[in-house]
Amino acid sequence: MPTTFDLTITVNGTRYERSVEPRTLLSDFLRHNLGLTGTHVGCEHGVCGACSVLMDGQPVRSCLMFAVQAHGHEITTVEGLGTRDELHPIQQAFQEAHGLQCGFCTPGILTTVKAFLEQNPNPSEEEIREALSGNLCRCTGYQHIIEAVELAAEKMRG
Amino acid sequence: MDRKLIGKRVVRNEDPRLLTGHAQFVDDVHLPGMLHAAFLRSEYAHARLLKVDVSKARQHPGVVAVFTAEDMGKDWFPGPPLVSPPPTVKDVVFHSRRQVPLAKDKIRHAGEAIAVVIAESRYIAEDAVEEIEVEYEPLPVVLDLEQALQPDSPLVHDDLESNLAARLSQKKGDYEAARRQADVIVKRRIVIERGAAAAMENRGIVAHWDAQSEHLTIWDTTQAPIPIRNGTAARLGLSEHQVRVIAPFIGGGFGPKIMMFYPEEMVIPWAAKQLNRPVKWIEDRRENFYATTQERGQIHDVEMALSRDGRVLGLKDDFLHDTGAYDPYGLTIPLNTQSHNMGGYDIRNYSSEFKVVFTNRIIATPVRGAGRPHGIFVIERMMDAAARELGMDPIELRKRNLIPPDAFPYEHQIIDQAFAPLILDSGNYKAVVDKALEIIGYEKFIKEEQPRLRREGKYVGIGVVPFIETTGVGPYEGARVTVEASGKVNVTTGIGTQGQGHFTSFAQIVAEQLGVKVSDVRIVTGDTSEFHWGTGTFASRGAVVAGSAVHAAAKSVRQKVLKLASKVLEAPEEELELEDGAVRVADIPQKSISLGELAVLANPLRGAVEPGTEPGLESTSYYGPQYGATAFGTHAMILEVDPQTMMIKIRRYVVAEDCGTVLNPLILEGQIHGGVSMGLGNAYYEKLHVDENGQLLNASFADYLLVSSTEMPRIEVAHLETPSPLNELGAKGVGEAGAIPVPALFAQALENAFYDRKLEVLEMPLSPNRLFELLREAQENEKSV
Repeated sequence: MPTTFDLTITVNGTRYERSVEPRTLLSDFLRHNLGLTGTHVGCEHGVCGACSVLMDGQPVRSCLMFAVQAHGHEITTVEGLGTRDELHPIQQAFQEAHGLQCGFCTPGILTTVKAFLEQNPNPSEEEIREALSGNLCRCTGYQHIIEAVELAAEKMRG
Repeated sequence: MDRKLIGKRVVRNEDPRLLTGHAQFVDDVHLPGMLHAAFLRSEYAHARLLKVDVSKARQHPGVVAVFTAEDMGKDWFPGPPLVSPPPTVKDVVFHSRRQVPLAKDKIRHAGEAIAVVIAESRYIAEDAVEEIEVEYEPLPVVLDLEQALQPDSPLVHDDLESNLAARLSQKKGDYEAARRQADVIVKRRIVIERGAAAAMENRGIVAHWDAQSEHLTIWDTTQAPIPIRNGTAARLGLSEHQVRVIAPFIGGGFGPKIMMFYPEEMVIPWAAKQLNRPVKWIEDRRENFYATTQERGQIHDVEMALSRDGRVLGLKDDFLHDTGAYDPYGLTIPLNTQSHNMGGYDIRNYSSEFKVVFTNRIIATPVRGAGRPHGIFVIERMMDAAARELGMDPIELRKRNLIPPDAFPYEHQIIDQAFAPLILDSGNYKAVVDKALEIIGYEKFIKEEQPRLRREGKYVGIGVVPFIETTGVGPYEGARVTVEASGKVNVTTGIGTQGQGHFTSFAQIVAEQLGVKVSDVRIVTGDTSEFHWGTGTFASRGAVVAGSAVHAAAKSVRQKVLKLASKVLEAPEEELELEDGAVRVADIPQKSISLGELAVLANPLRGAVEPGTEPGLESTSYYGPQYGATAFGTHAMILEVDPQTMMIKIRRYVVAEDCGTVLNPLILEGQIHGGVSMGLGNAYYEKLHVDENGQLLNASFADYLLVSSTEMPRIEVAHLETPSPLNELGAKGVGEAGAIPVPALFAQALENAFYDRKLEVLEMPLSPNRLFELLREAQENEKSV
């Protein structure tokens, strides 16, 4: 039997205790062990950003981390933002500005934008483009995503 | 008709599910007892397969099965031909050679699947793949299209005399006569290389055979669930009603997800049935570069005949098309190229022969644009070369040759990819060109800004490129619209959806007819158990063809609603209106009945009905056009090049688009933005670097460069509407439009930025390195003159 590791992790405010193989990727752990399939995997080599989640509030590539590296940490995935009936202001802005098409890259973008707007509540277009440069989207050409981030910033400033 | 919802910026119904992580993609499917597959793929591009030893892999703990071609026995046979050669063209040559489930005897491209391991987890399956031992005898590799047709070339398919897969000629008028009358003949060789479609979601498939009910359920990242259902049933000897294919949310398609059948689509359902357990295979990104189809490789020898005053008298284009190792997709791509070679111009004499060539590369099938960008690149590059030769303004030359508004429908006298006559249905082309020129400020830029910028040492150029896009082709699609007892409306259609907003645009079409809220219309796509006639999402046809079927079904339900309500409310149909989910007598709002109540009345549980009565407020309709609707657009850009680093900055990007009736401008603009970003990739960033052994050197997103948020310009979009006479909505497709003219536009703007350096761009994609080389060559040529 492969060696396993007893992992304690908090995801979207819920504490989980699981036994995992050390080589289990954080992305696979979230998706397949916890069933949180909102986090998507697009390249498995840390470029596309679809798998981005927040660890202790900071964006990380869950495909480039082992689950055990998140031991004792707090993870936020897209499921931890808003609900279908009560969308987070960033999610609302993405719907209003049509900031998604196929929606596959979207979860990683939403988590990235959440951390970004917390640090920079009033960003310029250049700063938004820079902040999104680690997230690839093949559908939108980014324009509506950028407009969505501008709108989200506005909503969150209130 | 006064339109309340069609044409409005309605936000999308599907978004809350996607935004909260609750939308189901194929890799999200989890079934009890599910096994996981990993494929062993060939390290060589061309080799004899001498021995595949899977014995160690079979012993690996956690491995349930390992299958090779041999293990499939009589179930091993090639995939079906997806598109047959055109029957209406004389002397067509077509050698059909289709991909196989697992390679047997011979390898024809690097990454071709040899064996599949099925295990308790993907991790274990990948471990065991490493334990398969393969003996290859490497063969010389066929890559270069011209060398591939030489008599001494190695053969991709040993049973053929050469690597010629197909040949087809089409003629309009008399090119040779036009050539004799011409004042000027312009000749060029144009080379276009391959790129990847690179949808963010890789391919994937989950198959579940239920032995008790004898039903096979397949979740597949396909753009064409119904043909996959039919083909799978045929392969496995099942009734089509025993197979259900679900294409749930799909993370981008862009063409390769309509290739049928991929080896994995043949192997995974078969394996699930053999093992009587659900099996999941999810492609990884590296596999996507080696095993998902690609497009764009062509070499053109073009000749344009013109009069001194700038009339294009004729065009001749003979070209080679790289189909890769097999040709299941028939002639779709080169036929598209052939039918876009004349762009939106009134060219009376045309001659084109293409040869399709087998090479040791992954199969070429349509990728957003599907041969159209090549055709537009060819004609637009020739227009620019001709303008220089004639000393004429390039825009003026184009305007002199555009098809005038009174010439529609304009018959090109050749056939298109659907084997239908190439007829451009409608348009007002010059108005669209003028709109783009006006927005970008063409005159002012050329006369004032460019000279001023050049004095400041800046290399800034302008490009303006018009283009056509044939869209909305047949054969047909269908839809069923049902008013339910809740008063909400359910709509099912056979096509799949990959982000185009069908859940919203189709809902708008239905809501418009039935007077309900857009959010009260539920759209189901891509599930063969819900609707089982149709073909798929391709060729920018979803909104046009499936949209028209939805429209027809909604109108028919509206008639049923009115007929029944007229009886119930005791008022003539003409006095009824459908508003707010109810039918009411105009001017007497209290005399009304809700759609839900009517739906219940239309489906009585007891009592007698009139003979011939159909139950429910439901209707199924189909739409199939005789030929496709053709959209038109013009893109314009102002491009700055750093003459030291060759890095570029796009200062302005303008799109003037006429895709007929706009259903939802928000969605339309999104489609255009995305198309442009892919087009820019095809122009300056995305090149598949293949070495002399047929190995891809940049099979990762770190090395194959997709356009990111820092490269994309802000795009200004203007709409003009010339409704198509071919469908009641007046719609024309737009899905691929954004990508089509970009390489041609980029080339023009580059040449314009270096207007004094004799730069000529006759290839795509470029890169900063390649631009540097081209400029150096131009400089050397100038010196030697």
